[in-house]
Amino acid sequence: MAKIHVTATVNGDEVEFLCELEETLLDVLRDELHLTGSKEGCASGDCGACSVMLDGRLVCACLVLGVEMEGRSVETIEAMAAGDELHPLQQKFLEHAALQCGICTPGILVAAKALLEKKPDPTETEVRFWLAGNLCRCTGYDKIIRAVLDAAAEMRVS
Amino acid sequence: MSTAEKLENGKFKWVGTRPVRPDGVDKVTGRARFGADLFLPGMLVGRVLRSPHAHARIKSIDTSKAEALPGVKAVVTRDDFKEMPSESVAAGEMMIDYRDMTRNIMAREKVLYDGHAVAAVAAASASVARKALKLIKVEYEVLPHVIGVIEAMEPGAPVLHEAMFTEGVEPTPDTPSNIAARNELGRGDVEAGFKKADIILERTFDTAPVHQGYIENHACVASVSEDGKAELWCSTQGHYMVRAFCAKLLGMDISDLRVTASEIGGGFGGKTIVYLEPVALVLSQKAHHPVKMVMTREEVFRATGPTSGANVWVKLGATKDGKITAAEAVLKYQAGAFPGSPVGPGCMCAFAPYDIENVKVVGYDVVSNRPKVAAYRAPGAPISEYAVECVVDELAEKLGLDPIELRLKNAAKEGTQAAYGPKFGPIGFVETLEAAKSHPHYNAPLGPNQGRGVASGFWFNIGGESCATININEDGTAQLMVGTPDIGGSRASMAMMAAEELGIDLDKVNPVIGDTGSLGFSFLTGGSRVTFATGKAVIVAAGNVITDLRERAAKIWDIPVDAVEWEDGFARPTSSNAGEFDPLSLADIAAMAAKTGGPIAGHAQINAQGAAPGFGTHIVDVEVDKETGRVTVLRYTVIQDAGKAIHPSYVEGQYQGGAAQGIGWALNEEYVYGEDGRMQNTGFLDYRMPVASDLPMIDTQIIEVPNPNHPYGVRGVGETPLVPAMGAVACAVEHALGTRLNELPMSPPRVLKAIGAIGEAQA
Ligand code: FES
Ligand code: FES
Repeated sequence: MAKIHVTATVNGDEVEFLCELEETLLDVLRDELHLTGSKEGCASGDCGACSVMLDGRLVCACLVLGVEMEGRSVETIEAMAAGDELHPLQQKFLEHAALQCGICTPGILVAAKALLEKKPDPTETEVRFWLAGNLCRCTGYDKIIRAVLDAAAEMRVS
Repeated sequence: MSTAEKLENGKFKWVGTRPVRPDGVDKVTGRARFGADLFLPGMLVGRVLRSPHAHARIKSIDTSKAEALPGVKAVVTRDDFKEMPSESVAAGEMMIDYRDMTRNIMAREKVLYDGHAVAAVAAASASVARKALKLIKVEYEVLPHVIGVIEAMEPGAPVLHEAMFTEGVEPTPDTPSNIAARNELGRGDVEAGFKKADIILERTFDTAPVHQGYIENHACVASVSEDGKAELWCSTQGHYMVRAFCAKLLGMDISDLRVTASEIGGGFGGKTIVYLEPVALVLSQKAHHPVKMVMTREEVFRATGPTSGANVWVKLGATKDGKITAAEAVLKYQAGAFPGSPVGPGCMCAFAPYDIENVKVVGYDVVSNRPKVAAYRAPGAPISEYAVECVVDELAEKLGLDPIELRLKNAAKEGTQAAYGPKFGPIGFVETLEAAKSHPHYNAPLGPNQGRGVASGFWFNIGGESCATININEDGTAQLMVGTPDIGGSRASMAMMAAEELGIDLDKVNPVIGDTGSLGFSFLTGGSRVTFATGKAVIVAAGNVITDLRERAAKIWDIPVDAVEWEDGFARPTSSNAGEFDPLSLADIAAMAAKTGGPIAGHAQINAQGAAPGFGTHIVDVEVDKETGRVTVLRYTVIQDAGKAIHPSYVEGQYQGGAAQGIGWALNEEYVYGEDGRMQNTGFLDYRMPVASDLPMIDTQIIEVPNPNHPYGVRGVGETPLVPAMGAVACAVEHALGTRLNELPMSPPRVLKAIGAIGEAQA
């Protein structure tokens, strides 16, 4: 089975890749483009470790096929910091110790950023439900929720 | 200032503060490399063929078609692994037998559970590997299977191991069974103790096996060279253990295998053994290419260790005023397909929080057709202590006593002889109970259909072997290397202890995790041992650096080394008698290293003794929806003795994460098996772990009763937080419902059954 040629925008750069029909966007990001910041925890849309922005919409990269990427644009955790400047969410995650092992962190940061873009002033409950698709087994979510709320507060000021 | 003085007046510069962790930026930017994130030139994809049967004899395996498929570079089966004699070794806090280990990584005579590995391939791509697996023909003779622990113990149950005769009973039975071993511990005379009791309660509990649930699936990359030397990269809690296991299984010299621990995406005990690693090594050896293997989530559920499901019987007797006079328990723990459940520690921990004169605990280690259990956070303890805490709560209720008061009446203290043997040193159990009693949470009002539960827990914590090396760089910065993978922020606490000792800024210390070729043996990250044992090694290594620095200063000043002291990052003459010299900073001395004897370094290789136990008390409020059976956790407080919190945020994180895992264990998590003995809920959608919207904030309170065997007083904190959670939630549910479930998980169908809303069959 011949591979299919796809041209897409990844973190602002135009990239070309060859992919098999069965390969997901997550497979392409990780195995073809070696952007390994997006993680695979389940490959079934249940853990959120692979969260990315696809044309401005939060998706699980494991639920999108690589061949669907033609002409589309994806943004991953690797594009979250602006140069040396961490995104306020990244900074707050560090300050609040909102990660232990860190495997869920990229997905949660991408998802949280999507929330704050939609809703700069979420309540605790809103953050909890928005992040309900992102599993974290280490933290019990407490410090994650606090970090997101704190980042939201800071972003509203600046 | 000496460490003792600093402890005395709390004048630490780094210990007890909350700096950003050194590996933090890599982990929030996606740069950190976990098990599946390594790519080597020419790397192949390895995949495993797994048994579709719960129990079957393997009659034949034909791999010829798979081998002929273009792109397939190697296929391995049982024939590629040699038979191992029975030999028990420590795998984390549990024991494992090499004879079983080789059979667990690749089935030999029989497959013993759905998901058991039977063959593996290495191919040029994932799709070729998948096709190759379909071309392997395995002929099975399907055998009757048994899943539940009680069923597995029954006479006439399908027997997994024909040569298994129960150990620990006299005389040894002459027929094989699934009961691998019986053990017993205790003291005093329980019969006499129960005679003194005014009230006796006997209850039986069932708990479901639960998975550690780490989000990162098992992954590794193996590369074996033509001269037999090999490199292995893997996600593990202990790369020295991986090295030992793989070298043994493959007949290699330990020095020929260099193992690097990747960043690890959670373990909780589940990454203390090997699954893919030996297989990847053999595939690489056969294929002459590096081989990467990554499990799918389904494989993790079907084939890697959960902790035991169990059946626990508890009997407690007490006087009217609440003094427990006797305690007895029988624990039946599932081991999975091979012996080795954590029933031993389960027995030892069952009554450990209490000072009871007469105790008897009997444990059974029982095999059945499920994946071999692995360690899970305080292995064995959460199960037995859940059952005991529920009975303690009921005892308090029946006696009309406050459950914390009842615990205080019986609590273990310094000097208490634990039922499992030793006398406790300084411990903080009473302090956690007192703190709980006066916590605002404990006295807050409750609404309708709400209940409050409180429970306590104990775990040993361990020490053991650790190495640490500190190399002082030419510019006065310090390179710190340890051999225990950083699973939850330990680089931060290691660097903080090094900075504290050396008297330099934290950002001058760069902590790294050494591979097995760079540093001597270190036992794994588990047993809540890293901050205690590896931390102790770091402190000893820093002490050796300081000795070296003082010698250099003595040389520079040309005075005896005894006349030089190290204080707050500077060498100074001990007194003016020694001479008048300006203090030399670590950087000053480092800059002159070449002239004073060469590079400056300190190393430590220790076997840390004196780990001190952890005690915790949890308070939880729940609300039960009597229509749906759903239990909602409204408020949660964890109070635990940390000895000394080096980085309080990460200590709190352990408390919160343990509680969350316990809530999952209590309310939702379980394995669902079909009639065919196959697991049916092999994904996160159906194996439902707590998500953010299931939980409230989890309040924490750190108690600090120092461990005298650590310079700063550290005791392990990682495992204890799971132990009290199930008991606390169960008691809260009971108080909300007025009826006890005595069964985990307390999922909606079970809650509805308990309140009579639905019949037995529907639950
Ligand atoms: S890997 Fe995509 S949601 Fe889990
Ligand atoms: S920090 Fe480990 S899974 Fe979230």
